[in-house]
Amino acid sequence: MTHSIRTAAAAATLACALAIPTFAQDGDMAMDMAEPIVAGDLVITQPWTRATPPAAVTGAGYLTITNNGDTDDWLLGFESDVAAVTEVHEMIMADDRMMMRPLEDGLVIPAGETVVLRPGGFHIMFIDLAAGIEEGASVHVTLVFAVAGEVTIDLEVYPIGSDGPAMDGGAMDGMDMDGMNMDGMGEEGGA
Amino acid sequence: MNSLRLVRYGLWGAVAIAAVLAILVAAGVFEGSDADPEAGDAPVNANVEFGTPFTLVTHTGEPITEAAFQETPTLVFFGFTYCPDVCPTALAEVSGWLAELGADAEDLEVYFVSVDPERDVPERLAEYLTAFDERIVGVTGNVEDVHAMLDGYHVYYERYEAENVGYLMDHASSFYLLDRSGDFAGTIAYNDSRDLALERIRSLIEG
Repeated sequence: MTHSIRTAAAAATLACALAIPTFAQDGDMAMDMAEPIVAGDLVITQPWTRATPPAAVTGAGYLTITNNGDTDDWLLGFESDVAAVTEVHEMIMADDRMMMRPLEDGLVIPAGETVVLRPGGFHIMFIDLAAGIEEGASVHVTLVFAVAGEVTIDLEVYPIGSDGPAMDGGAMDGMDMDGMNMDGMGEEGGA
Repeated sequence: MNSLRLVRYGLWGAVAIAAVLAILVAAGVFEGSDADPEAGDAPVNANVEFGTPFTLVTHTGEPITEAAFQETPTLVFFGFTYCPDVCPTALAEVSGWLAELGADAEDLEVYFVSVDPERDVPERLAEYLTAFDERIVGVTGNVEDVHAMLDGYHVYYERYEAENVGYLMDHASSFYLLDRSGDFAGTIAYNDSRDLALERIRSLIEG
């Protein structure tokens, strides 16, 4: 009983946390963002990552992907020269338990919807970093989509633990929350 | 007639209130109501023994025991250096809190206990922690000892076999707050605001 209540409370907390950015849309957006990257029906905005602590062998990258087409697409994987191994992951928070899981079938970008990769949710994960990721640098990444094919982007490197560019509300500009794919962000899953 | 009906309504009303109260009690809404209402969700049942004797090692190679969690207010986070998101975020956040609290946090101790002692040897922890506030003490040790400690403090951790990384660790994502007796005094959850975190730490210190 307590367990289910705690889970419900965690889900409610998460729902609130997720809802907050929608209210941050007013006012001026930071316009220093790079131009959106367009690849077929996909539009990619706000690609970023965080600097890594010394000795860290993993890192995570984030971006926002909008699918303006009529067919679903999938982020199948990516390549980068900063890491030997790369995977598309989801982070699941359930009942105070943090779990990371590779998305074996890729991350679906449903037709007409926007998927946000961000801390606490989906991310692209760098494994076996060749060297640390340094603040202020940019990380070259080639994303591989099932439909749109390969797309090369540069992730801007923010400080360790940074909330990244989304906190200015810019990422949420004009976004329809109903259309967002939040799968895996709040559900109970895994062990 | 009318007065009888009133009485009947009144009684049914009382039954309804009693039923609601019974449900709330059963649901644990009033559980731990004597605890600090400011404190976070308790992963620890008040009836279960909290803590255990342990002998582990810090990131500088010094032995550390459960005595370290006593005498001073303490924050403990459980994570691992292969963790790309929650752990560096938590350590960056606690570094920010320490800076903000300044002298108020003079006797606050902060520990980062590895849930992955196999890979997080003291040298790795030491290098990793250079990116954060220097007051954060890394804790690791041999695998069995660390697991026994985590179990004794009711900390969730689970190994997940992952093809390309070897394995990942699922783990609790909250800071544990321990009072001057080393007793559980609440949590700061991953999604808690900076203000709430600071408020809880201040009340822990004032404790």
